[in-house]
Order: sequence, then C-alpha cells, then structure tokens
Amino acid sequence: MSLKLYLDLLSQPCRALYLFAKCNNIPFEFKRVDVMKGVHGTCWGASSTASFPTGQHRSEEFLKVNALMKVPALKDGSFVLAESIAILLYLSRKFKTPDHWYPSDLQKRARVDEYLSWQHTSIRAKGSELMLPVLIGQPLPPEKVTGITQGLNFVLKQFEEKFLQDKAFIVGTEVSLADLVALVELMQPVGAGYNLFEERPKLAEWRSRVEAAVGPKLFEEAHQGILKAKYMTADKIPPQVLENIKKEALKQFGQI
Amino acid sequence: MGLELYLDLLSQPCRSIYIFARSNNIPFEFKHVELFKDSVLGRRPAAGGAEQPRTGSSNSEGAAKVSVLRRVPALKDGDFTLAECTAILLYLSRKYNTPDHWYPADIQKRAQVDEYLSWHHANIRANAPKTMWIKVLIPLFTGQPLPTEKLQEVMEGLSASLKQLEERFLQDKAFIIGSEISLADLVAIVELMQPVGVGCDVFEDRPRLLQWRQRVEEAVGKELFFQAHEMILNIKELSNIQIDPRLKEHLAPVLMKMLK
Repeated sequence: MSLKLYLDLLSQPCRALYLFAKCNNIPFEFKRVDVMKGVHGTCWGASSTASFPTGQHRSEEFLKVNALMKVPALKDGSFVLAESIAILLYLSRKFKTPDHWYPSDLQKRARVDEYLSWQHTSIRAKGSELMLPVLIGQPLPPEKVTGITQGLNFVLKQFEEKFLQDKAFIVGTEVSLADLVALVELMQPVGAGYNLFEERPKLAEWRSRVEAAVGPKLFEEAHQGILKAKYMTADKIPPQVLENIKKEALKQFGQI
Repeated sequence: MGLELYLDLLSQPCRSIYIFARSNNIPFEFKHVELFKDSVLGRRPAAGGAEQPRTGSSNSEGAAKVSVLRRVPALKDGDFTLAECTAILLYLSRKYNTPDHWYPADIQKRAQVDEYLSWHHANIRANAPKTMWIKVLIPLFTGQPLPTEKLQEVMEGLSASLKQLEERFLQDKAFIIGSEISLADLVAIVELMQPVGVGCDVFEDRPRLLQWRQRVEEAVGKELFFQAHEMILNIKELSNIQIDPRLKEHLAPVLMKMLK
C-alpha cells in the first residue's frame, strides 16, 4: 500500500488521524511507532526535538520519513508529511471525504480553521500536562496538579463558551475535523485519571455525539492504550528512557 | 459595512494579515487597536507634558466583541466574525481568490504550507515573542532588567527552531515550499521580525535565512514590508512612555509568571 501512517496511539494527534482514516475507509498501512520505547514529548505536547540516545522511532526508516522525529507522520509514495493538521487536511482532499469534515462553505470552513489554530496553544498544551507524571510514574506535588488542572479548566471553559456553545458540534450540526481533534485531546487527561467530562454534561453529550459519528467501537479501540496508561508503571520503562523523560519534564515544568 | 480587520501592528499575526491584505489589494477597513495604549501601557506624554487623549479605545472594544479570546487579530465581514491568524489568512485567500502561490491548489504543496503553519505555533511562535517580553516589556513594567539566563534560554529555544526552519523547511529553496512565496513564508517572517525589533538580530549569523528574508521582502514589496514593521522596529520608543503605577503593580507579577 502506498499510503503509510506512522502512529502511536498514545499520542492525541495520532488518534485523530487513525480515527479519521479508519472511519472514512482510507486504505493505509499502519506503521506502529512506540514512542515509549524511545523518548519524545508527544504525549505531553513538548515540541523540542532534542535527540535521545535510544528509541525505536529514531530508527533509520522513521528518520527518513520524519526529519522532525515526531509522530504522526505520513508517507505517500515519495511524499512525506508531518503535523497532524496538515495530514488530516491532505487526506480529506486526496480521498474526497464527506463535506462535513472540512466544509466547502467559506464561513464554516473558517470556523474549523479557527478551532484547529486556537487549540495548539490551549487545549493541546494543557491537555498533555497531566499525562506526564503518569508516564514517568512520579506523581506531581499537589500544588503542581492544582495549577495544571486550573489551567486546563480555564481552556475547557473557553472551549465550551466560545467554540461549542449550544451547538451539537463545533461547526453546527455535523461533526468536523475540529470535533475530532478536540476530543482526542480531551481524552488525554481522562487517561491520566482526570475525568473532566464528569461535571460537564454539555461536554459529555458532545463527546457521545462525536463518538457516535466516528463509530463507538472504533473510538474505543483507538483509546484503549491511553485509557490504560495510568496502569503503566515506571519500572516497565527502560531506565535510560525514564531518565530522558524526567530531563524533558524538568525542562518543561521547572521542577517536579 | 465591508470587511473590517482589527489589528495592532506590534503583533506578529496582525502584520501577516495586514501585509497579505494590502499586497493583494483586498479592500478593508483598518480598525487600529492599540493593545498597549488601551489596555496595558499608560498614557504617552505629549510635548510640554500635556496628556494625550486616548485613541483607539472604541476599536479595542469592537475587537473584543469580535474575538472573545484575544483582541487581535480579528475579522468582521458583515455579521461574520473570525479570530486566529491562520483562519483569517485562509478565509481572505479563498474569498478574494488570491494568486495560487499563496496557498497552492496542488494538494502536496498545500499540505506543505499547512505543515509549516501548524509547526509554527509550538516552535517559532513559542519563543520569538518572548524576546520582546524579556527585553522590553518586562523591564518596562517591573523596572528591572531580567536576568540574562532567561534571555539566553529563550534564544536557545529560538535557535533550535531556526535550525529546523532552515534545515527542514527552507533547505536550499527560495521559499519554504519552493520557488514562490506562500502563506508559510509570510507567517514565519513577521514572527522573526519581533526579536529583530528588540535587538536580537536572528538573521545576523544566518546568511541563508537573511537571503530568504530579502526575497520575502521583495515578493510582498519592500515599502509595504517596512510600513508594516515600522512600529516594531521602533519599539525602543516604548520606554519613553509613562506607566500608570497601578498598572505596573497589577501587571508585574503576571508578566514574571509568563516567563516560567
């Protein structure tokens, strides 16, 4: 198969791609990447590409595909592409997926773009932070957790009030790329043990609608790994890898 | 009422929109929002010490109505309102059918623009703006220069991003996606002018990037480019502004926290 998607389903953007490709029956070869065998910050949204000494996703083949050393990555014949948003849009165009994913209506499309842009430094940034201590098996001091949770709650409020409001989906009556990208991000803190849907009925209902739109079984399958993440213990991670994650965490959080 | 764009040219995303609209002759009403004058900085002392009347506050309110998230940039097209630079640029390119090279119809080239625009957020845009906070705004508000380690940290982060910009995105091409300028170049260049404006010339030891910058300037029109960047290139004038002490008190801790 000429289309290859390099994915690790522990990563939010990888899940968005996986769900999108599968529910649109886009034929692709699933090249599984195990970020935890190497080290990279996709699970907590770090953007640095510091080089790490070990790691499957530093393998030659993967490096050829993705000079940025990140997942997700796409290889379509000789064409290579990184960045989940770019890949989602590319797939939607190449495989002419149903209009509602990225509406041709100028204003609706702009709304999807608006969300996809805003989420980078808000939902995506905040959603990743709670997962880190889970992965390194080192609980954060309570003040740290409070601070992070507060930050997350703030962007969730913005999400509900500015983007979702009283609509069924972010852009009106049908699911779009915006909802997909949003929901996979919100599942990350859930995987870390913060069930943010519990006290947010509007969000919970929206979540059910999105799950129904992509297919509940497919959704569950994509999230199996991340929902078990908190049972992953630090001693299952190779010590060198753990060291590197801690270093990365220190850089990002100052102090753990 | 036609197209309104709420912009403050001190802001990088605002500059990319301004340059894009002007260089494509898109008719719009420039709603000047002066972020600092209206909401953050104090009154500018006029000659003789008389207080200058505040201007731009109604545009600021207008912008806030358009964008509950951030005040600028914001677009208002009839009843339709839009925030987020990328969304606005794409909307304008579609509505006004701008030349193909800005956002090529070819799906692979288009994907490469998307790839840059996405990567930009957490990389170049993560560090470049901080140079202004560290070198200008924070000293202005807290009255002390920041420790040089902080600036060094930011510059290191920025260096890493610039390395990727050169090696992964630009490489040996004239522009990011090939032989013609696109939205990717525009979004990148305005961000890099921020550190330049505050005295961190990121182009100094990077001849390849410097040449790329010159090509971008020519492609949009040097006059327009410099007009858009006039404010940021004269940012040092900000230090002549008197700050209301209450504002200082209120903002100093917030600003310090921002850098952590």
